[in-house]
Amino acid sequence: MSLNEFWFILITILFVGFFVLEGFDFGVGIVSRFLGKNDQEKRVYINTIGPFWDANEVWLITAGGAMFAAYPHWYATMFSGFYIPLVFMLLALILRGVSFEFRGKVENDKWKNTWDWAMFIGSFLPPILWGVVLANFMIGMPINQDKEMVGSFLQFLNPFALLGGMMFLMLTITHGLQFITIRTTGELQERARQLGRKVAPITIILFLAFIVVGYIISDVFTFHGQTFMVLPILAWISLLFANLYNTQKLDLNAFGLTSITIILLTGSIFIGMFPRVMISSISDAYSLTVYNAASGAYTLKVMTYFSLTLLPFVLGYTIWSYYVFRKRIKKNDELEY
Amino acid sequence: MDPLIIARLQFASTTIFHYFFVPVSIGLAFTIAVMQTLYVIKGKEVYKKMTKFWAVLFLINFAVGVVTGILQEFQFGMNWSTYSRFVGDVFGPSLAIEGLLAFFMESTFIGLWVFGWNRLSKKLHLASIWLVSIGTILSAFWILSANSFMQNPVGFEFADGRAQMNNFGAILTNPHLWAQFPHVLLTSLATGAFVIAGISAWKIARKHDLDMFKRSFRISITIGAVAAFAILFTGHWQAQYLVESQPMKMAAAEALWETSEDPAPFTVYATVNPDDKVNDFEIQIPYLLSFLSFNQFSGSLEGMNQLQEMYEEKYGPGDYIPPVTTLFWVFRFMTGAGGVMLLLGFYGMYSTRRGMLPENKFYLKMMPFAIALPFIANTCGWILTEMGRQPWVVFGLMKTEDAVSPSVTANEMLFSLIAFTTMYSILAIVTIYLFVRHIKKENHDEFEPSVAQDPFDEERGAEHVS
Repeated sequence: MSLNEFWFILITILFVGFFVLEGFDFGVGIVSRFLGKNDQEKRVYINTIGPFWDANEVWLITAGGAMFAAYPHWYATMFSGFYIPLVFMLLALILRGVSFEFRGKVENDKWKNTWDWAMFIGSFLPPILWGVVLANFMIGMPINQDKEMVGSFLQFLNPFALLGGMMFLMLTITHGLQFITIRTTGELQERARQLGRKVAPITIILFLAFIVVGYIISDVFTFHGQTFMVLPILAWISLLFANLYNTQKLDLNAFGLTSITIILLTGSIFIGMFPRVMISSISDAYSLTVYNAASGAYTLKVMTYFSLTLLPFVLGYTIWSYYVFRKRIKKNDELEY
Repeated sequence: MDPLIIARLQFASTTIFHYFFVPVSIGLAFTIAVMQTLYVIKGKEVYKKMTKFWAVLFLINFAVGVVTGILQEFQFGMNWSTYSRFVGDVFGPSLAIEGLLAFFMESTFIGLWVFGWNRLSKKLHLASIWLVSIGTILSAFWILSANSFMQNPVGFEFADGRAQMNNFGAILTNPHLWAQFPHVLLTSLATGAFVIAGISAWKIARKHDLDMFKRSFRISITIGAVAAFAILFTGHWQAQYLVESQPMKMAAAEALWETSEDPAPFTVYATVNPDDKVNDFEIQIPYLLSFLSFNQFSGSLEGMNQLQEMYEEKYGPGDYIPPVTTLFWVFRFMTGAGGVMLLLGFYGMYSTRRGMLPENKFYLKMMPFAIALPFIANTCGWILTEMGRQPWVVFGLMKTEDAVSPSVTANEMLFSLIAFTTMYSILAIVTIYLFVRHIKKENHDEFEPSVAQDPFDEERGAEHVS
């Protein structure tokens, strides 16, 4: 395996990690203001992700940095090409990040309500935009011979991309609700289960629609052969079973399965793009690949040493931090946010 | 409007705004870690209360620093895609390593620290804040290694029309990095220290919790004074290095149009006339510039007009003189602010040791205003660093005008500029509001941990998930 291929795997892992971890953060951020009936209940919900959300966002920042280092053309084309969606995504992430810190600082209903809305919008927009981006990744974008993306941002809002946006939004809501079920107790936990049951059919249908339409209009799911279609199908089956476990109150199983759904779906999209990193809809020859978008061999080698040395530590203390905060959050706990 | 101007405005506003928060985070994390270490060693509750009081400000500041940092990293690809393609090989690794090494550490351990007061042992909990502090410092190191490449490109070769890394060691030992990093680290410690000292002075003047704030003042003013003193040397060292490596930047900062006489005088005040490339009026101190540049009372410095000729010969026709008036004044504001900080720092240290601080009403009244000084100095320092490099984005390799994204329209950039500056303004107002609110509270006992223990809590001890 060449380093060009290795770095694609690493960046895939960073993005998949981001979608799984920040996925439930988004979900919790979206539902907490509706699921919590009073301030204390909302705080319990928000505190389920309290110690984690910041580190989860670093998966995205590091993925961006890794793209910049290993595939400068991928970073440059994607970030300048998806300009307007990214502006909204960044505005949302800014609002969201500060809302956790700001909301609890003033005991005033209006103040809290304002930042609850900021948290909601900041959690609601990014999954939609990521769904739009992933869908456009699958069908390709107008990239010309200079590796520049041309055309207006309205082209990103095609029907398949909108389906992708809605699907990803619902998927993060389902995933976030499952996370709440493993982090809370009693009535608050039961409420998340109930809502999870209610939204599950929508998520399941949108997900199925997305992989069926994706199968028809994009080559990504089957680029390396028809058998690879098994991945998105397994992702969907996993989602079905997650719902089943949710109704049986086997919360940890259900959360594990929604995580697997996200891993398989986003993983299969990245696998199907390979060796391309961005597909050109103008001509196959203009697609960016792990070879023509990459840094020199020396950079990749240095980066490989660094990442292989550092990643075990990062994974180690990340897992440790989830272990430290394994205890469920209850209504009468002392809460930070 | 020209997309280049909008992109530059966006870079300036994002960087300056982000850099209001970064040095405060670096400085406060370190000072709070010192406070908590005192708590763990001495076991006095006042240190714990102090740690928790300053932690509130630190965490608000940290959150804004983090969210503006995402844009700081992504804007290279968004507005400067040609630049990103050209230098990604050498510039990208610093950002990637910053994420992997520093950001993960900061964000994970800050979570452990904030939520771990009752869940971690005292020592593990203390280690968490130190790891946050180390994380902030490592982050500064790596982003400066990237910036240093823009100032003094090393460790690369040209291949396929791009700068490709061929010597990582050279990037890590870039003399610019080692002139810049100590300066940035110390100025950040001084910034955090002056924030704490200024607020403590305000509290002492109002006799709020005297014990806690006198101790806070003493810790912070010691760090602030020592840092401000060391900054004299790191600043001096950096300026001397820049005279060698980027003579145009320093000539502009001195408004030195023609090569100076030997020994060179230092210009205290000048009426810069960039159209005729002369100063209409100047006040000078003889010998001083030679001394500042070379540590001796002789030696002349090259002027901008001579450097311009030299660069035209080397790089082709063009204007290689950066905005002189701005650079001349930001350099003076930066060093002036640093000088005042040094005096205030030493005076504060002296008067706390003599125990006469609470009576010194004038000094206590001044210190809250002195909080502005490090922010002025930091901002001026970055304007000097970045604007002084113009017209280059990577010195000698790529001009700023060639670096901008070709596929992004001026309207898109204008939209994002307006959107982000609006967001920054909101964040700034809310942050200041929350800071002031927290500071004005008279009773700080609420930061004592309320032990919420339920004896009938059946889940305690026996964890069962699902």
